[in-house]
Amino acid sequence: MSLSPVEDIALSEFSPGTVAEPAAPGSGFVGRSPGQLAWARLRRDRVAMVSGGVLVFFFLVALAAPLIQWAYGTDPQQQFQDSLDLYGMPLGYAGGVTGSHWFGLEPSLGRDIFIRMVYGLRTSLFIALAAGVITTVIGVLAGVLAGYAGGWLDAVIGWVTDFALAMPFLIVALALVPTVSLRFYGPREAVPSSFRVAVLITVFALFGWTSAARLVRGQVVSLREREFIEAARASGVSTAHMLFRQVLPNIWAPILVSFSLAVPSYVTGEAVLSFLGVGIVDPTPDFGAMIFRSIHYLQTDPTYVFFPGVTIFILVLAFNLFGDAVRDALDPRSNR
Amino acid sequence: MLRFLIRRVLSATLVLFAISVLTFLMFFALPRDPVTSMCPKNCNPARLERVRAELGLSDPLYQQYAGYMKGIVLGRDLNSAEGGHCAAPCLGYSYINSEPVSRTIARVLPVTLSIVIPAAVLWLALGVGLGMVSALRRGSVLDRLAIGFSLTGASLQIYFVGAVLLLVFTYTLHLVPVPHYTSITQNPADWASGLVLAWVTLAFLFSAIYARLSRAQMLETLSEDFIRTARSKGLPKFRVYGQHALRAAITPIVTIAGMDIGGALGGTVVTETTFGIQGLGRTTWDAVREGDLPTLMATVLIAAVFIVVANIVVDIVYAFIDPRVRLG
Repeated sequence: MSLSPVEDIALSEFSPGTVAEPAAPGSGFVGRSPGQLAWARLRRDRVAMVSGGVLVFFFLVALAAPLIQWAYGTDPQQQFQDSLDLYGMPLGYAGGVTGSHWFGLEPSLGRDIFIRMVYGLRTSLFIALAAGVITTVIGVLAGVLAGYAGGWLDAVIGWVTDFALAMPFLIVALALVPTVSLRFYGPREAVPSSFRVAVLITVFALFGWTSAARLVRGQVVSLREREFIEAARASGVSTAHMLFRQVLPNIWAPILVSFSLAVPSYVTGEAVLSFLGVGIVDPTPDFGAMIFRSIHYLQTDPTYVFFPGVTIFILVLAFNLFGDAVRDALDPRSNR
Repeated sequence: MLRFLIRRVLSATLVLFAISVLTFLMFFALPRDPVTSMCPKNCNPARLERVRAELGLSDPLYQQYAGYMKGIVLGRDLNSAEGGHCAAPCLGYSYINSEPVSRTIARVLPVTLSIVIPAAVLWLALGVGLGMVSALRRGSVLDRLAIGFSLTGASLQIYFVGAVLLLVFTYTLHLVPVPHYTSITQNPADWASGLVLAWVTLAFLFSAIYARLSRAQMLETLSEDFIRTARSKGLPKFRVYGQHALRAAITPIVTIAGMDIGGALGGTVVTETTFGIQGLGRTTWDAVREGDLPTLMATVLIAAVFIVVANIVVDIVYAFIDPRVRLG
């Protein structure tokens, strides 16, 4: 098996004997940044490539939802009542799976499950990514501040972090979302789905930033005493330069890992809240809301729970595997 | 030890105080008008006014909060419409359930305890056992199976696993009755068969996380010097692994277990909703849907208390497992 130069370098990482030798002329040894090495390691990881491919596929489907709708020829709100029997159950086998309805139809309303899942993916990934980015940014800022400034700021941020961890997240979110909606909309007014999305992201942001903050703070505290920081301070750089040019570039690896493992937790968090009826609600397509509906038809139409359930499982599994692979690539010493 | 306990309880009380203030504000200051969501459907303006007066909602917020807190510690007098005097752990009166909230809680708390405690025993035994065995047999078929199991379990959802188990074992094979709750004192066999699906679901998903964590911890511990010393001085394997290694590897698992069990005791909302069992979680969910603020406030507080108490217990257990931890 012949190895490309990049892979060669990546392999030599694990056998220090070869890397210490001066490069023979023409052997193609080039200096590579840690980022390039990590990328090379990730490229060699088969699990990472497969799970990454699955994720790319899901993202493409979510992005191309209107295109898929056009090609598939079905609207997510369209009801196919004539394909249901007298009791509202889909005609045919396996919940009405046919050439024109790939994953069958919903009982009673008769909407197409496949196109609703395509749009549900869009909702789910958008919320998870937005929440992931926001919590990471807040967490990094708070963590860097607490770790670098120390003193009372550190104490306050530490206390708030502990406090947020002591809150029962699911219960509080369950209680908070409708209460916030009541603040802006009356009990009998319709709440637009964009508002629901915003509330969900806010709730995740309120509780989610603490773990990133904790992680970053720990890293910064240990970096603070290093010589290059001292050197930078001695040369009189501004605080902003110190934080963003000296400290942050050295801790992006754990931040990336925490981000890649946070996103799937928001995918499941959003699905759970929607399952419980406080997240995204009908008619907006959503996995959690879909599975909640499907539980009622468990005995009569089991395929209804099967398609969204398996899809969300594959999505979360791919995210978790990819996150682990990123961690392995960035930190080759870690053993799981 | 005593000094440590006192300090720990004091700081926990502070956290609980902050949570109670925050929850109170969340429910009584955040909504435009707490009463509209507290009054059952089709309620007339006269009744609305009465509820508002009975709850003292026109008083300043701090007075309302003080009244609520006093009710928990000493009990308080409510209006005759609310059942008169409300004894010591008084959590207010639910207009939706037409009973004092503490009575609702007393009814549903044993249900959640019956779900969580056996499930926790199962998931700890299964998870830690599996993690240990796969660490000791690293690279074997068993290890690979265990890794696959924990990856699958960590990505599955309670409601999906619950639905599949219900479909297979209850609706298709008829091995297990439809999930329900019977008191253990009344009929232990019925108690177990009614809750077994919930236990298995929780145990499957949680043990996946524990298997993974304890495997990693165990691998790290096994490479340490004191394990080599213990092996080389000729201690039998089960003592080295079962006592020396396990004790060192288990500390982070105790922390996570404390958080998980404390969190679950506050209400296994998804499990109870999936299986239709009326526990604390389901009660919270109902309260959310019906806008039953007094019940909701109480369940959120109770959930927070469980987490805070679990954290204290974890700290104490730590001191027993790891002699390096100094209390006080």
